[in-house]
Amino acid sequence: MAEIVEGGGGGGGKHGKKTAKKGSARIDMTPMVDLAFLLLTFFVLAATLSKPKAMEIIYPKEAEKKDEKTLLNKDLATTILLGEKEDEVYYYKGFFKPDSTVLELTNFSKDGIRKMLLERNRTIIAAVNDLKTKFNNKEMSKEEYQEKFGEITGSDDAPFVIVKTIPTTKYKNVINAVDELEICNVRKRAIQDMAESEAIAVRQRTAELGL
Amino acid sequence: MPKIKIPKNAPSLDMTPMVDLAFLLVTFFMLTAKFRNMEPVEAEPPSATSEIQLPEKVMLVTVDKEGRVFFDISGKKIREYTLDHIRQRYPSMQLTQTQIDNFINMGTFGQSIANLPRYLSADNDVKEQMDKQTKGIPVDSLDNQLSAWILDGYQGFLDDANELGLTEDDLKDKKNGLSYAIKADAETEYAKVKKVVDTFRDNRIYQFNMVTNLKGTDAPDAKVNGDQQ
Repeated sequence: MAEIVEGGGGGGGKHGKKTAKKGSARIDMTPMVDLAFLLLTFFVLAATLSKPKAMEIIYPKEAEKKDEKTLLNKDLATTILLGEKEDEVYYYKGFFKPDSTVLELTNFSKDGIRKMLLERNRTIIAAVNDLKTKFNNKEMSKEEYQEKFGEITGSDDAPFVIVKTIPTTKYKNVINAVDELEICNVRKRAIQDMAESEAIAVRQRTAELGL
Repeated sequence: MPKIKIPKNAPSLDMTPMVDLAFLLVTFFMLTAKFRNMEPVEAEPPSATSEIQLPEKVMLVTVDKEGRVFFDISGKKIREYTLDHIRQRYPSMQLTQTQIDNFINMGTFGQSIANLPRYLSADNDVKEQMDKQTKGIPVDSLDNQLSAWILDGYQGFLDDANELGLTEDDLKDKKNGLSYAIKADAETEYAKVKKVVDTFRDNRIYQFNMVTNLKGTDAPDAKVNGDQQ
């Protein structure tokens, strides 16, 4: 296939003498193959890299916003405060009291906010991991798994996290925070605007820590 | 023992099957590749570990670094119906058939209603210029045109679903329903994104797909986040 069989007559010689060639001419296919693989590589990479991923976020309805706080158990609430700076995350547990609440400083590294969330959400994560093992051992269907998963993460004693932002918070940080919540199986969560008193507390704390 | 015979010619390998395969794959990938429409806006979404795929039928609102808002909705039929509704809403906007066709085949855009006709008949150079200068689709409370696009986009989607004979129950299924996606640049201020989110919420849409880039996770419990909905 790669060879071209010369026709019986062959090309005419200088003086019209017929010279029959023996064997066959081969075409060097290497450049063509190179090109083919180059194109192949390009298309494979372009095809797989361009697929966008998405993260689902559900915002509360306007009306539900008000009674949210009353529903919350103080011990289960954690609030993450996202300021202007990229790697500065403050959080506090329970409800905010301007004089007594102490903001803890952390960041988005492995030992930062995730450690706190994993600790806080320990029982839920254990239950979810249990469920996952069962699902992986094919002891339940996907629907059943999802239902149970929702039940566990949405139960009344599951920790609740509120992410609070100021207008100049970078979008990246908000996504980062929600992603951490997703990783740590915190499904009871909300994104809200930071109250003025909290914003003041963040500024004070930043000054205190000398950042 | 006989002498080992050394071949005079270089050994040749028949590469034909490999080449055949390579070209087959090239052809496959070329044909299946969907070329993206030229995007008038640059928005590099933040990275996250989420592995949920962006749905096919989607209304996509892009927010760039400066907070300019761009709108896109998938499906040519849906776009056609959407534009029909928009034209009813803004009767002052006159469009020729060519401009309508251009709109149907276009991707993301970020022009106000006043500038849209000019944008639709502009050539590529002028379009690029307009994309640079545009302030995006207005989202301020006085003249929230994004809200109009969202409403009419949904109407357009319903028209299309009606034509396909889908019932309301069919639409509840995620596969058939319209998803709402927001693609914002990682460096955008959250307030600008929130404006878009609030516009959606005013129209009673609460669930969003935030477009992200996939990143690896170094979590000790990485197995925990493998659940897709």
